[in-house]
Amino acid sequence: MMSVGAPKGLPSSGQKPITEMIHPLSAVEEPLSPAPEVTVNAGGDKDTGLTNGTPVETSSPASVSSLFNRLQLDDDLDGDASTETRDLFVTVDDPKKHVSTMETYITYRVSTKTTRIEFDLPEYCVRRRYQDFDWLRIKLEDSQPTHLIPPLPEKFVMKGVVDRFSEEFVETRMKALDKFLKRVADHPVLSFNPHFNAFLTAKDLNKRQGLALLTKVGESVKYVAGGYKLRARPAEYASMGDYLDTFSGKLGTMDRIAQRIVKEQSEYLTELREYGTVYSSWAAVEEELQRPLEGVAGSVSTCCRALEDLSENISQDFLPVLREYVLYIESMKNVLRKRDQCQAEYEGRLEAAVLRRQEDRTPIPAEVEKCQDKVECFNADLKADWERWQRNKRQDFKQILTGMADKNISYYEKVSFFLIRSREELEGS
Amino acid sequence: PLLVLAFSVCFVVCNLLAFVFQMVEKGTSLLKKLEMNVSEAEKRTGKNSVNMQETYTVYLIETRSAHTDLNTPVPDMLWRRYSEFELLRTYLLVTYPFIIIPPLPEKRAEFVWHKLSADNLDPDFVERRRVGLENFLLRVASHPLLSNDKIFFLFLTDEKGWRDAVLETGFQDKVDSRLKSLSASFRVKNPDKRFTALKQYSDELNTAISQLLRIRARVADRLYGVYKVHGNYGRVFSEWSAIEKEMGDGLQSAGHHMDTYAASIDDILEEEEHYADQLKEYLFYTEAVRSVCRKHELIQYELEMAAQDLTYKKQQREELATGTVRVFSLKGMTSKLFGQESQEQREQKLMALEQDIKEGEELLKEKNQECHEFVQSAWKDIERFKEQKDRDLREALISYAIMQISMCKKGIQVWSNAKECFSKM
Repeated sequence: MMSVGAPKGLPSSGQKPITEMIHPLSAVEEPLSPAPEVTVNAGGDKDTGLTNGTPVETSSPASVSSLFNRLQLDDDLDGDASTETRDLFVTVDDPKKHVSTMETYITYRVSTKTTRIEFDLPEYCVRRRYQDFDWLRIKLEDSQPTHLIPPLPEKFVMKGVVDRFSEEFVETRMKALDKFLKRVADHPVLSFNPHFNAFLTAKDLNKRQGLALLTKVGESVKYVAGGYKLRARPAEYASMGDYLDTFSGKLGTMDRIAQRIVKEQSEYLTELREYGTVYSSWAAVEEELQRPLEGVAGSVSTCCRALEDLSENISQDFLPVLREYVLYIESMKNVLRKRDQCQAEYEGRLEAAVLRRQEDRTPIPAEVEKCQDKVECFNADLKADWERWQRNKRQDFKQILTGMADKNISYYEKVSFFLIRSREELEGS
Repeated sequence: PLLVLAFSVCFVVCNLLAFVFQMVEKGTSLLKKLEMNVSEAEKRTGKNSVNMQETYTVYLIETRSAHTDLNTPVPDMLWRRYSEFELLRTYLLVTYPFIIIPPLPEKRAEFVWHKLSADNLDPDFVERRRVGLENFLLRVASHPLLSNDKIFFLFLTDEKGWRDAVLETGFQDKVDSRLKSLSASFRVKNPDKRFTALKQYSDELNTAISQLLRIRARVADRLYGVYKVHGNYGRVFSEWSAIEKEMGDGLQSAGHHMDTYAASIDDILEEEEHYADQLKEYLFYTEAVRSVCRKHELIQYELEMAAQDLTYKKQQREELATGTVRVFSLKGMTSKLFGQESQEQREQKLMALEQDIKEGEELLKEKNQECHEFVQSAWKDIERFKEQKDRDLREALISYAIMQISMCKKGIQVWSNAKECFSKM
């Protein structure tokens, strides 16, 4: 049911010189009127069996266009110029466990709503497992070598240490997968990738079919030829690299701090629980003081419960994002390296061609110009992605840090609320 | 020996009577006339009893008349060290065995969480001890009976002469016997149920508060850890802000708030020590309660012994008079084996026995009265103590709640500030 059609040229690559190419982002600088929040729910597929999902029946055109009109603003960046016209919405939810004789695994529901012509239908609903996401990522990396591909959550987890089927783990992983698809869907180039399309729409994601989609076989292999050494990394990209290294270090430090906090909170919690019990046992031998002491025991219990929530937030909301960005940084460094190699190839070829021209007046071959184009395209793509990544990073960290502050405030509010009531009781009686 | 015993019993009875009268005229406690406080602490060095240099702390006791006269006298002041307080307390313990004597602050820091110093010369420890000593004096001064004690008054007013005065009371002779009685094991045949219950309660309270203090110290340790780790965020935010353009300022300021948060725990926990001190006072009070119960047991035991002794003597008299051996005794056996005594000897013995019995009856009467009055006055003090305990501990719990609320408010403030910085990133 997917429309493959003629292989489409990727918007960013091609024969045109850079000056004539429309920058992927330049087409979408339309101001937007603020719209009410739209919750995108998946279509009617509630079936959970082993079959991958079926596409949802076409709903009436009216509802689709009304969806088109009601746009969801993803960024909360105070009406930035970065808000874009959205015509593709993707969500990952509804994890389900599948048990077969060979293996046990989880699938997730991937729901799509779109008005794009590249899609046959306006809505899709499929079920995918982690392997499928991994496949998609590899395909994207191969077919879009000049672009930064968002990271996936860690593939391997130590079987003894982490329970792959615990609610917590599945929830965290699902959120990361959702983020991954949303990032791809928001990308002006990646979102048009046919592999992405297949991922969102194919009833049965047969990996072999994917190979046929690969319009330029071994493109990434060909794209960046090895064997050329870059003489000097331009300052611009060198500073990017430095930034990434330093930032990666800071992320690692924050990860360790957060983990340490969770550990200390857990030990604090253990002692607190015992602390509460002692007040209760004391209350049992008292008469007048029984109620006040029970009151203190109650405050301690409240504190314990609130503390559990707080620790959970760090593990489930804060740490995963730190780890995601570490992977993101690796991805970006990869792209930088490929860019370097691309430039190195060009410089190498150019140098060789110039030498030959000096020798026997052979004109510079067209290939060399193609190389130059490639470098310039790569640079443009990379810079655009860098800017986009910086924006996302700012938003994401603003969100998790604000969230962390909120959770702490909420913790203290819960505890003090109970304490104030307790105190009133103590003073009143 | 009997005479001495009778004399000391009279002494105690007199005190008891005085106490009873005191209870009737309430409000004549010392505090109405005299204000007092322990205002300062100072380090001194001097030679101790084994002629070695030592450093110790002395505390300044200031007293002044409570009435603001036309010519308000200058406050009296003198310096006392901890060991002198201990001496005073020991004197009170043996002199008023039926009173729950207020405890002193701890000799050595116990139940400490690791950052808190266990060193006696540490300024924080000294300060808390100063407060505890003042509390002790106020407690004694507000007790209806203890406040009228002359030695206590001299302790407050006569720096040099007090020591001689207290030693002259001869209380030290009683110290040994008190210690012995505390550790002795004897069984009372008819224990007073109220005292048994009180002793049990005091043991339970002791256990509860000890446990509480121990775990509270561990909780404090852990809480300290949680707060301090957040300080690391301060450093990393600062480092991170250096490589950021738009996010830099927000991160930097948020980092400062994290540092503030981490630092705030020191004051919070220092304040909590006050709560721990309030609990400790009652922990030590349980020992005083136990001591009164033990004293009662001893008196009860002596009463029972006196009664038993009298009964035995009467039996002996009967045997001697009637010539029958009711109870098996070695004397009886030997006299049977080796011949009877002469009539003269028997009559002499009988007379001595009659005297014994007379004295024994007197003793029993006194012991009875002693026991009766001990129970009466002790129980009055116990009721007073119970009310005081309920009042004080309730206050302590309220102030603990207030402390915790304040800690929460500080936390909300800091994190709200940090949140604002994050939102400006």
